[in-house]
Amino acid sequence: MVAVQETVDRVRRIDVDQYRYGFETLIESEKAPKGLSEDIVRFISEKKSEPAWMLEWRLEAYRRWLTMTEPTWARVNYPKIDYQDLYYYAAPKPKKTLSSIDEIDPEILKTYEKLGIPLREVAILEGVEPPPGGEPSEQRRIAVDAVFDSVSVATTFQKELKKAGVIFMPISEAIREHPELVRKYLGSVVPTSDNFFATLNSAVFSDGSFVYVPPGVRCPMELSTYFRINERNTGQFERTLIIADKGSYVSYLEGCTAPQRDENQLHAAVVELVALDDAEIKYSTVQNWYPGNSEGKGGIYNFVTKRGECRGANSKISWTQVETGSAITWKYPSCILRGDHSRGEFYSIAISNGYQQVDSGTKMIHLGKNTSSRIISKGIAAGKSQNTYRGLVTAHRKATGARNYTACDSLLIGDKCGAHTVPYVEAKNSSATFEHEATTSKISEDVLFYCVQRGLSQEEAVGLVVNGFVKDVLQQLPMEFAVEAQKLISISLEGSVG
Amino acid sequence: MALLEVKDLQVRVEDREILHGLSLTVNPGEVHAIMGPNGSGKSTLSHVIAGKPGYEVTGGQILFRGEDLLEMAPDERAAKGVFLAFQYPVEIPGVATMNFLRTALNAQRKARGESEYSTPDFLKKVREVSKSLNIPQDMLKRGVNVGFSGGEKKRNEILQMALFEPSLCILDEMDSGLDIDALRIAADGVNALRSPERAMVVITHYQRLLNYIVPDFVHVMAKGSVVKTGGKELALELEGSGYAQFEHAA
Repeated sequence: MVAVQETVDRVRRIDVDQYRYGFETLIESEKAPKGLSEDIVRFISEKKSEPAWMLEWRLEAYRRWLTMTEPTWARVNYPKIDYQDLYYYAAPKPKKTLSSIDEIDPEILKTYEKLGIPLREVAILEGVEPPPGGEPSEQRRIAVDAVFDSVSVATTFQKELKKAGVIFMPISEAIREHPELVRKYLGSVVPTSDNFFATLNSAVFSDGSFVYVPPGVRCPMELSTYFRINERNTGQFERTLIIADKGSYVSYLEGCTAPQRDENQLHAAVVELVALDDAEIKYSTVQNWYPGNSEGKGGIYNFVTKRGECRGANSKISWTQVETGSAITWKYPSCILRGDHSRGEFYSIAISNGYQQVDSGTKMIHLGKNTSSRIISKGIAAGKSQNTYRGLVTAHRKATGARNYTACDSLLIGDKCGAHTVPYVEAKNSSATFEHEATTSKISEDVLFYCVQRGLSQEEAVGLVVNGFVKDVLQQLPMEFAVEAQKLISISLEGSVG
Repeated sequence: MALLEVKDLQVRVEDREILHGLSLTVNPGEVHAIMGPNGSGKSTLSHVIAGKPGYEVTGGQILFRGEDLLEMAPDERAAKGVFLAFQYPVEIPGVATMNFLRTALNAQRKARGESEYSTPDFLKKVREVSKSLNIPQDMLKRGVNVGFSGGEKKRNEILQMALFEPSLCILDEMDSGLDIDALRIAADGVNALRSPERAMVVITHYQRLLNYIVPDFVHVMAKGSVVKTGGKELALELEGSGYAQFEHAA
């Protein structure tokens, strides 16, 4: 029938390889020799002018890593990674101490401009006159730490944050400038022995962000890190450490993209959050690493360990993630609820299209009394992708009055994809209340036809239905991120119907 | 020029021919009732006019204001003024009805090269129409058809019909699942939309609906084609004699 043919043609016209951040920046870079050895670990540590304790920490992790094997329990398939065929360090050249943004390689500035990441504070700094009749530009006040391959190239708003007592800087600098804080907290949530990828990260991490919010301080603006992998055959191993001291609050955003390449690239990050008494950390991610092309070639292998510890009483950690990129996603942002009355939250939208494989979820580990957690996961599978939610909710013997609510919903678009839900629930005391709800549904032809009969195009109809499906989670994102995420969701699903 | 001309339409679903040579002409301002037993092809006809996937047109044509409707995608047909009120309106969780109405209306206007409605104009229009249909404002904040009663779903269809101002309205079994009061409200809504420019095709199994929406023409369908056409009195006649006579004749 003509109408059907029309739809098929229209979908065919849409380029599946729609990744909009796939460009490469041509700059000279300095790399460590390929491969991994003690010498490489020493090389990285030396490049960063690290103190001896840090090198020891890394070497211990490296030696342990040698004894570990890659985990195989996730529902993902990929060819064996040759860890000796990777570069573990790449930095834009020349690397010298920058005193102002103007000294950054203009090519890098252009890169971030193209990505829509503001590295120039100028227009939004205090004292800049708003246009006549215009609003003061309050809404775009976000401090950015930009990580390009292995190093941080710029961190904005540092001065203003300093005034509030907030430390926000590349972790490589924090190791030198605030060793007491880093030593106390680094590895205290994700120990060097935690898992294969986290241990590898501990040995070779090259940069990332460090945040410390002092007691009673509400961080005056959103903090964000923007990760970009540019170099070929280079792994990115960033490390983020956020500490919210007693009674403080911070909201942190993370974004990521990478050029379009035929080879797969490895990304193995570690994020550690520590919330002390009455503190709150809100961590939001919009992950848009290159997902590979329509035949499943290329794309980022995203093996990430993210964990927060509610160490103090009444503390709260909230993870929100929108996962649309990567060829493989292996990621379980988790909360250890150690403090009494602490609260953990996990809100997730994971979209897979093409040949993407997602195995993601969370762990809520209830240790303290009257702790509570909430998990809202929305998985959307299209194309030939596989999308798995894997979650663990556990209550310790002493975690009396623990409460959890979990809702996992999966939406299938087309009939060649798969959605899987693997929840583990474990209560070691009888006073725990755990609720779990799960649904799997398909965008039906009838719903799509209803929408197109009312004038929407097929693509608009899918976008509308999906955005309705993920609404509960989108509402958790900071306003302007939510708008971006909504657009990203529509782009990720282009070409998924037909 | 006729608004809708269906000429010798033949339609298959998989290996089965459902419509064999159906013809129908509808002029602006007319209300046509299509009656017939289950499986006679009434709903298939409405689906093919609206462009639902899954049907194969093997012969004949459908002209809408002289243009070949079968060459158009379903959303293009909607923008041209073809509206189908569904027998079973679908639910779209998480999408507020108000948002859906606005997105759809603006999509249609954009396709026709018209400017989008401003927010105050749109809200004013929705309020007017929903009031006349006895639709409470909070219903518009809920997800599209989510948790709506049968009557509310049908009223929501008529609300959209009133907002989009289509030139051809096809009402597919509008009376199914409605009690007599809900039916009257829905029918009043439809009657309010009758105009010299707008035509309606009312598909129904029972004569009951036609007491409220009085047609100019009644067509009886059996086994995939129109077997008899008459005025409104034909519906009453059928009430007495049933469809059996036509099933044998067809």
